[in-house]
Amino acid sequence: MVGNSPQDFIEALPFARALGMRLEEIGDGKARISMDWDPRFVGDPATGVIHGGAVSALMDTCGGAAVMSYPGALTTATIDLRIDYMRAAKPGQRITAEAECYHVTRRVAFVRATAHDEDSANPVATAAGAFTFDRKEGH
Amino acid sequence: MARPEPVQQVKRRRDLALKTLVDSVPYAGFLGINFERHGDELTAVLPYDEKLIGNPVLPALHGGVIASFLEVTAIIELSWAMLWDEVETGRLTPEAMAANLPRLPKTIDFTVDYLRTGLPRDGYARAQVNRSGRRYASVHVEAWQDNRARLFAQATGHFLMPPRGNG
Repeated sequence: MVGNSPQDFIEALPFARALGMRLEEIGDGKARISMDWDPRFVGDPATGVIHGGAVSALMDTCGGAAVMSYPGALTTATIDLRIDYMRAAKPGQRITAEAECYHVTRRVAFVRATAHDEDSANPVATAAGAFTFDRKEGH
Repeated sequence: MARPEPVQQVKRRRDLALKTLVDSVPYAGFLGINFERHGDELTAVLPYDEKLIGNPVLPALHGGVIASFLEVTAIIELSWAMLWDEVETGRLTPEAMAANLPRLPKTIDFTVDYLRTGLPRDGYARAQVNRSGRRYASVHVEAWQDNRARLFAQATGHFLMPPRGNG
């Protein structure tokens, strides 16, 4: 994902809007974004569980938002993202992702993220990724 | 020797089985993904749509759209490979499939490399099952837009196979 400023992050991204993402909190290299369960996002109709791809999209958006909120960030794009799926998200429950940009170099930002449903003690998925990092002048 | 099955009948059965499989995944429909088939080979197609954009300035496809496209392609390919023999031998008819949808593989992990910006136009993807055991499978997926040799993304994933044997 790619972005220009953290404030209007979600509304400016048509696909984040299509998935109904809500920016809960952002700042200082951290972001929290949530997404409601929706029958259109289901991956396996036998279980009603959300498709992994929708969880990936949430994690990617949240990771990008975390990078954009890191001091001095100008733009970013995902280089790679690995998602580990711990368990199926409960059908009907909202999924919340929390991402942290825990290290940046001159050109690269490193991010880790976790997603959970309404049982916040047991993650649904974790992610680790590298993002491009372009700095504002003077940073 | 029995006469070979008429070609239209073979195609109808395969196309119907594939359609039943793909239509059973709501998220694939939400993204607008469809599959073209030549024999057992599948190519996933992601027709461009405005809602798939992540960066309206460039504009570029959302990274989550690309990851989703690759993961949908991997799961459909893996399921298709799993069901192929049963569909071919007639042990599993498309009608029986529709009435009792097959359980799909579950993603264990999925790693996406974003190689180039996803342009605002159609995308294509093909998956290769590198290893498929009774319990675990490893799948690689490649996606491109204009040139097959210039990938805009690729991914590798591991999957837990559903228990098989009762259809």
